[in-house]
Amino acid sequence: MQWRSLVLQLFGPYHGMRAEDDFLQGEVMFDGAPLTVVGTTNHAPIGVRLALAQARVVLDTIAKHPGRPLLLLIDTQGQQLRRRDELLGINRAMAHLGTTIDLARRRGHRVIGLVYDQALSGGFITSGLIADACYALPEAEIRVMRIPAMARVTKLPEAMLTALSQSNPVFAPGVQNYVAMGGVRALWQGDLQAALRDALAHTPTEDLRARDGAERGGRRLAATVMQCVLDAA
Amino acid sequence: MSDVPAGLETLEFFFPDGCAIGAFPPVLVGVVGSGNLEVLLEAIDDKGCAVRIETSARGFGPIWQAVIQDFHARHPMVGVRVSINDMGATPAVVSLRLDQAMAEISGGAA
Amino acid sequence: MISYAECSARERLALLLDPGSFHEWLPPIERITSPHLAQLGVPSAFDDGVAIGRATLDGHSVFVAAQEGAFMGGGVGEVHGAKLTGLLQRALRDRPAAVLLLAESGGVRLHEANAGLIAVSEVMRALLDVRAAGVPVIVLIGGANGCFGGMGIVARCADHIVMSDVGRLAMSGPEVIEASHGVDEFDSRDRALVWRTTGGKHRWITGDCDALVEDDVTAFREAAIAAIGAANPLTLEALEDEHVLLTGRLFALPADHADQDEALLLWRAIGVAVAEHVPAMSVEAVRALRIL
Repeated sequence: MQWRSLVLQLFGPYHGMRAEDDFLQGEVMFDGAPLTVVGTTNHAPIGVRLALAQARVVLDTIAKHPGRPLLLLIDTQGQQLRRRDELLGINRAMAHLGTTIDLARRRGHRVIGLVYDQALSGGFITSGLIADACYALPEAEIRVMRIPAMARVTKLPEAMLTALSQSNPVFAPGVQNYVAMGGVRALWQGDLQAALRDALAHTPTEDLRARDGAERGGRRLAATVMQCVLDAA
Repeated sequence: MSDVPAGLETLEFFFPDGCAIGAFPPVLVGVVGSGNLEVLLEAIDDKGCAVRIETSARGFGPIWQAVIQDFHARHPMVGVRVSINDMGATPAVVSLRLDQAMAEISGGAA
Repeated sequence: MISYAECSARERLALLLDPGSFHEWLPPIERITSPHLAQLGVPSAFDDGVAIGRATLDGHSVFVAAQEGAFMGGGVGEVHGAKLTGLLQRALRDRPAAVLLLAESGGVRLHEANAGLIAVSEVMRALLDVRAAGVPVIVLIGGANGCFGGMGIVARCADHIVMSDVGRLAMSGPEVIEASHGVDEFDSRDRALVWRTTGGKHRWITGDCDALVEDDVTAFREAAIAAIGAANPLTLEALEDEHVLLTGRLFALPADHADQDEALLLWRAIGVAVAEHVPAMSVEAVRALRIL
């Protein structure tokens, strides 16, 4: 879905959100209360600059608007694959974005992630996946890596990976799989305002993804293993 | 190689005869990397020596048999389970890891 | 000197921690292995590539995890990640003096794709809980495979990072960047370039790691001991300072650099006059260069 159509449905025609290239931000009103929205569009590659731009919005929200909820809108092709970004420490910039979001959560800001188009690992692991919870639109896709690159790195044949991507939840990019695995809390369909309202009211602040993955059957071992470590002699 | 089907191959061997070496803490040697393997030795109540191999290098059953038989001939023990995860190690590396594992049992004996 | 890079994960634990003090949780004999690898024809490891447990370090009670870089590149799968997350959750409950993470990883284990990605994210959140509670998380990076991908981000979420000059810390590997944008973007076979971009000396100069040591297990041990008191819970002020630092660095590197090496330009911009000598300098000499 295009971001404009999304925010129109969520916040109406006077939403006040703007895009600067791939970067989205805005202060919107929702159910009579202000909400900070930040994110990306155009399947943005997340480099140092874009990670910092998003972190700035989060920091400003913490500093100036105690308690205000944050909505992260995610549409990314993953981390920017440039030597310059690695030199500058893109892992550090991403950790910075992630830790600002984490601090916001600890300070009582609700932080909700929404994958509205696509998300690839590095572009999303310190935004949507570090929010209180991540949601997704039904047509969205979440991947770790595109198949040709994955085939090169793993030495597994592309044909095999393609087949697995269709049948195997571990590889399939549909967000339904992420829901089954606990990575995405739920899909937003139909009445998006109701979905956001519900998310703001009921999203847990603890990380329940392993428990959800076990209950939903998509990721059966993680929660058990964690409990085994807690219980080990 | 092109006709070798995908999937791990599991091989098992059992030796009923040998010397009981008694209890010992589990021993792990090696790493499951390309051309390498890990060997886990644990004391079991069984009177024999049980060997179980999982390998990504399919079709080498007779070679494994020779290597394992040679190992048991050099270390004829019972009451031991030998468990191997292999990623294409040569027979020489396999024998080396098995011997390293045995050395750790001796070294750690109370 | 014993090369830290050449040791296996278990050898590092045996040599770095107080002798005989390591008590492993979910040891190999319990066979808590990956449920996803066999279907791909890939062998599992009895510990799924990470050994976790408690130990003492110079008498202090610590929790520790060591990733085995030789198994699946140290990649994090469902079980491997859950062991790390469980260890961190236990640290939140039991409050050891520190958590040590001997990190050697390519990041998400691609063979477990979605499960691995969620697992790394769970590790990150659990680590930040431990950090916020005032238990320092100390990451040691010195393996041949480096610390990349999601684990490169996890490392930067910790209180303290110790690197050797042999170690590498980054997000995307050079091969991935080269495959994506060509050899002119990043020649992955140019080792000197790779280390100027991601290696321990570079990260030390830029402040991306907190200690730089020789490739020696004892040096890592001493640096880990020194870091036990280095709990550094995050505050808004600290994050604002970090934001200023990272923004400054972004603008310090000129966008147009002709054919000059960008690492050298960045080091000079940071204030290292002898930038071109850095790769050949000893670890001790490079340590002295850091402008705080």
